[in-house]
Formats: sequence, C-alpha cells, structure tokens
Amino acid sequence: MKLLTHNMLTSHVKGVTKGYPLLIKATEVKLNEVEFNPQFVSRMIPKLEWSALIQAAEELGHRQDLPEELLPEYEKNEEFLKKVHRALLEVEVIEGCLKCPESGREFPISRGIPNMLLNEDEV
Amino acid sequence: MESCVENVKAVRISKEEKKVLRKQIKASHTLLRHEGIITASQPTKSLVVANGGLGNGVSREELSAVLEEMGEVETLVMPPYKPYAFATYRLGESAQKAHIHLNGQKLQRGENNVTLYLSYVDSVPCEEEEAVPVPEGLVLLEDFVSPEEEALLLAAIDWSSANDDVTAQKALKHRRVKHYGFEFCYDNNNVDKNKPLLAGLPEECLPVLDRCLKDGHIVTIPDQLTVNQYESGQGIPPHVDTHSAFEDTILSLSLGAKTVMEFRHPDGRLVPIVLPERSLLVMKGESRYLWTHGITPRKFDMVPICDPQSSASTTPEHGTNSNLTLSKRGTRTSFTFRKIRHEPCRCAFPSTCDSQGACLAPSTSPPCTPSLPCCHADAARLEEEYVHQVYNTIASHFSSTRHSPWPRVCHFLSSLPPGTVLADVGCGNGKYLGVNPEVIAMGCDRSNALVQICAERGFQAFVSDALSVPLRTASCDACISIAVIHHFSTQERRLAALRELVRLLKPGGRALIYVWAFEQEYNKQKSKYLKDQNKTHLENNNPAYSTPADNNQTVDNTQDVSKVTNGKLSVHTNRTAFNSQDLLVPWHLKGEEDKKKDSRKEKSNKISVKSCSDSSCNPTSSLGHQSDMSSGLFLNTSQATHSPDDIAQTSSSSEMSKSRSAPIFHRYYHVFQQGELEKLCLQMTEVKVLSSYHDQGNWCVILERD
Repeated sequence: MKLLTHNMLTSHVKGVTKGYPLLIKATEVKLNEVEFNPQFVSRMIPKLEWSALIQAAEELGHRQDLPEELLPEYEKNEEFLKKVHRALLEVEVIEGCLKCPESGREFPISRGIPNMLLNEDEV
Repeated sequence: MESCVENVKAVRISKEEKKVLRKQIKASHTLLRHEGIITASQPTKSLVVANGGLGNGVSREELSAVLEEMGEVETLVMPPYKPYAFATYRLGESAQKAHIHLNGQKLQRGENNVTLYLSYVDSVPCEEEEAVPVPEGLVLLEDFVSPEEEALLLAAIDWSSANDDVTAQKALKHRRVKHYGFEFCYDNNNVDKNKPLLAGLPEECLPVLDRCLKDGHIVTIPDQLTVNQYESGQGIPPHVDTHSAFEDTILSLSLGAKTVMEFRHPDGRLVPIVLPERSLLVMKGESRYLWTHGITPRKFDMVPICDPQSSASTTPEHGTNSNLTLSKRGTRTSFTFRKIRHEPCRCAFPSTCDSQGACLAPSTSPPCTPSLPCCHADAARLEEEYVHQVYNTIASHFSSTRHSPWPRVCHFLSSLPPGTVLADVGCGNGKYLGVNPEVIAMGCDRSNALVQICAERGFQAFVSDALSVPLRTASCDACISIAVIHHFSTQERRLAALRELVRLLKPGGRALIYVWAFEQEYNKQKSKYLKDQNKTHLENNNPAYSTPADNNQTVDNTQDVSKVTNGKLSVHTNRTAFNSQDLLVPWHLKGEEDKKKDSRKEKSNKISVKSCSDSSCNPTSSLGHQSDMSSGLFLNTSQATHSPDDIAQTSSSSEMSKSRSAPIFHRYYHVFQQGELEKLCLQMTEVKVLSSYHDQGNWCVILERD
C-alpha cells in the first residue's frame, strides 16, 4: 500500500462518523524507486487530503521536511514535488495494519494488500 | 558499384536493428505496464531478459549458458510462470556486452526458439516471497523404499492384461489406473463397499505397509490400492478424496520418476510439493479433508535448483523463487493406499464433507442448488458460497484465461484526462488498472486471491466488498464496475452496489457499468460468443443462443422470465439461451481435449504475462487471434511453435486434464434485461444516465453525478 492509496482509504465500520484518516501501524515498510514525473505529481496534489498525507508520512518516518500546509505555486517547485513523489509513490507499507481512528478496528495489511472487509455485524 | 552494395547493406542492417529496438522498447513497456518493472535508460549491471523466463519454457541452464558467455553472472532470478528473468553481472561491462550481443538473439531450443530482448534495470526485484507453509497433516518421507523395493513393486503390477474385473484396470484419458481390494468408481467418486475385487493388495506391498504401521503413520493396514501410471505430460485434476469412501489417512508412494503435486486450500493458497521417486506422502487431517491435490499435466516442472533432498517439502521453502529451474518429467507410477470407511465421516471440515451434506465442488454430480434469496441474510450467504468462494478457488485459472480488455471499456478509460482518480470496484486481476497510465488507478475486489494477482503486477489494490467500498466519499473522478453488479442476488443489493459506486464520485464524475445481458442477441447481431459457439473453450464464457432471441423483450415481462422452477435456481447450460434471469453458471476447468483444439490460443496464453480480463463477459478473450494487451506482446512468430504440452504453464489449474471428475464450480448470476440497468440507475436522483448501450452480450451505462 502506497500512501497515495492510504490517502483515499477510510473506515466504514457501522456507527463510525469519522473513520479518516486511518492510522498506520507498520511492521514492514519498503522504499521502491519509481520514475519521477513532476506533472503527474502536481496533478495528484489537489486530489489529496494534504494533512492526512503529512500525518501518514510522519508516522512512517518519511515526512522529510514536508510542510503542514501545502505550498503555493508548488507546480514549479521541483524539489518539493520530488519529496511529495517520494512520500506518495515510493514509500510502501508491506506488513502491518490500518487502524480506524474512531472505533479502533484494525484492518490487516499483508504482502502490501490492505484487507478492508468488514464482519457482518460491522456493516 | 562497390559502395552502392555497401550502402544497401548498411540500410538493411539498420532496418533489422530498428526492428529489434522497436521490439525491445515494446517489451520494456509491457514489463512496466503489466509487471511494474521499470527499465533503466542508462547501462547498469542488471538486465531484464524478456522471453527468457521459465514461463517461456527456458530453463535456468540454457539461459545461464548464454549469459555466462558475456561475463560472470552474479545472480540469475527466474520468477515462476513469468516470461522473463533478471540477470546481474559482476561487471557493468559484461552487462553492456550482453545487452549488445544478446538483444534480439534467438535462443535455439530444438524446433522452438524464442527471441530474447534485454533492457537494463536499476534493481532486481526481491524474490523472497513469503513462504507458504505446507498443508497441515501433510508429511513427505523421502527414500521410504529402496531402489530394490521400487523395482519389485513396479514389477508386481501387470499392465499387459486388458481391462479386467480382477483388478479393475482402466485406461483413463490421461493416465492408466488399476485397482486392488475395491474398485474406485469414477462416476460417483466412491467405492462399492459390498463388492470387493478378487485381487487383494499385491503381497509386495505388505513390507512397506508394515513399516508404515510400525512407524506410526497408520493405525490399520489399508484395504484398497489404486495404482496410477502417468506418462510425461499427464496429470490428475485437483480433487479431495471422497470423505465417505475412505478413512482419514491416505498414503501415496511415488515410483519411477518425480513429479510436482499441487495442494490448494479453498482460500486460494497454493502449495506445490515436489514428490521425489521412492518417497511416501502421508495425507492426514486438513491436508486430506480440506485441501485439494492434483498434478498439472505437463512435461516439465518448476523445481528448486538446490539439492532435491533438501528442497522437498517438509520444510516450508516453497516461497523462495529465485532458484527455480525446469525438471523434465519421466513415467511416474503412484501407489495410493486407502482404508475403506464404513461409518459416515465426522471430520471437522463439513464444507468438503459429503457425509455432512456438502456438495463437493470437484464433482460432476449436480449441485444442491440453492433457492433465490428471500432476505438480506440469505442473499449474503448465497453470494458468499456461489460468488466469493468460487472466485477465490478458481482465481488463478480464471486469471490465466482472461487477457483481453474490452475495447469499449478501454475507450472510456483512455478518454479520462490525466490525473483522474479512478476506482475499479470489482477489479478482478486488474486488467483495467494499467490501461491509462496517466490516471491514478486503484482497484478493489472481494477475492483476496485476485487482489494478490493485481499486487504482483504492481497495481494498487485492496480487498473490500462492493457494498462497502472503503474510499472517501466524493474522492473519485471516475469509477468502473465491470461484470460485478450481476453477482448480487437481490434487486435491493444491486441498487445498493450502484449507490455505493455513485457515493465515491465527485460532482461531475462518471461511472461506467457493465452487466451481463439476458439478451445475447441484439439488433439481429449475435454476440461474439455466439459466432464462436463451436469452440469448446468457450465453456467458461458467455453462453451462446441456440434459438433466435426474442428482441421484443421489455422490462414489463421481467416477471415472466425470472420464474424459478421449484423455487430453486437453475443451473445454466453453457452456450444455450438463458431461460431465467437468476441462475448458476458452471465454471469448468479446462480439459485436455479442449486444449488440443485450442492449441493456438494456448500458445499465446502460455507466454503472456499473467494477465487478465473480466469475469464471464469478455467477448474478445474468446478469440485466439485477437491482439490484446498482454498476451503475445513478447510473442514473435518463431515462438508460436511451442507444442501445447512442452513448456511450463502460466496457470497450473487451467491445464488440468479433464476426466469425468473434472471440477465444476457454480457462480451465481442475475442477468439483466434490456432497460433494467437504466431503470435501476434512475432510482438514484443524484445521477443522470449519459449513455446506455449493448456491448457483446452486456448491458452498459455511463452515469454522471450531478
């Protein structure tokens, strides 16, 4: 699971009103080099919940020095885009779990795949 | 004159070179798109060798020999079933030499040859996969019998007599078989306990059985023996030995040659076990009652290169793929010893226990068909058993038989602007996730086994239910749901799945939805399946009409066609007209006879990267000549000469020989009538239907959120 995917994921456990962002408890994290495409990254940024990305990157120790607030005119800031690229696309959680911030329900991540299935009584 | 000839020659060479370069670039694109392998533009010490993989039938020894000519190879990684390999040279200059000299070179392999395409890579993927533990209750004892005993046992079986009643000898389609003690009947996968055979177990077996007893592997001496003889290229479909027929422990002695037996758990786990000659396999408990076992018919197996003694399998080493090679099969004779059961089975695995009412999927007997659900809980149970479990079980076969993305789905995906956030809900093995590399694609599927395939191909995917997709509301610019909604068994649930899809969309976002159509013939046009109805390999695809379709069907007579006989769902006969909207569609594992007729398609399947297409409604997957996204991208004409049996298969289960006990799995479908999908969509006030159409036996709509 890349942090890009994490940024979109939320918890839907019955009764939960704010299942976002999911906390990451990682036991294995990998860095995979991915070709840097500044345009692709700048297009991605407006689709993100920025604070959730910062929180997740921080949890995994890969925040670098990404700021709390999104920089203005980031499209032209290649250095910034490179850091976002790294956090979003290169950091990958292989083993661990995602924890719902409200209910505490944990969703396992195994071999890089989050399993978000709910039990019957949680739907 | 002289210079003119030179010129012509120069042009020719560069044309040839251009062709190689073009193919190399194409191969590297394919690797990126389907396997997430990024090739480097600058020379490095590591190369990816497209077409030089075990999946192409290239052995480690062959490839290694060619690569070593260019310099010292530090590591050679050959992932299983893949049509490529990775080589790392000790020196960068050796890698460059290999790149120059081997790129575009043909590897002569008897009458078959493959052309290698090499590209630099920055890093070689780590091959250490998580080891899959051996099935519980399974023990392999190597060198259980001596070579002398082996010879004695083999000589004790007299194959010269024709079919006889004393030992119930039979020539099955794909192996020879002989029974002692009791005859095993392949019609019902059981034994007639009141009719013992004249011949008891051969006395040569007794010392071996005594040893088993003494060592505590069994508590009573078996009274039934089945001897199977497999020539190279033969096999046995995956099965669980009928619970009610035999007691717990089953012994299987391998003689003459080694083979690889595959164990499959219903959850999709697959554990190949190398069975060396003279070894004894003891199956007990879970490994006997719950896991299926079978042997894929092929002439080569993928086996660890290290010492076979240590590779064999009581130790969980199957996950380490980096040192596999091909092993040629010889003639193997197996002695399977079983004890007849006289009381009903009371094992802890009711889902596979015929004594406890389970209808075993791998059997030809008609299933105990369920009724149409009348409440939410019923519906969920029906879908669990007849959709989720089936897809998990057939995942690898399913995936290997699907490789053509639908043109009109691709058109929708290609039209999405760069940077679009796309969710594929019910992504299967991910065949649509890489169609448009400019979009941010995520897939989810209920089947863990299918999502695993997506991940292996480098796509972002997670396991979830289409009724509860764990994505933020309004986070997606586009969604697709291809061949998913028809698996929900009530109208309420189908609508709920649509609502969930729409919830993900931003205002202005679009969703493309495909469902299987009741009408397989539309505007006097038969779907491609119908045109191809003579091809046996269509069994797993959409059915074809055998009678002219009634195109005047409208939503108004929905009630008439959805009648269900006796309250039970009917089992659909493949390639016939639908006679009901709610039905069970059989999934057949592919048979040997189909394979021969269909060898052309096999060839391209085999070398394709493990790839995909959707579930039962893919018209193009049925066309052997159809150029598609992945199969055959590495293919060139010289490769298309593999005979169907001579190389390792991309999918183990897809090649199972079909005997009378070939596994059949049933999937639930609700096929949609004309107008039904639109009508359902219109119940959602927040969307408008932009277009709706019939595409090769499917009803399709594009929605836009207000």
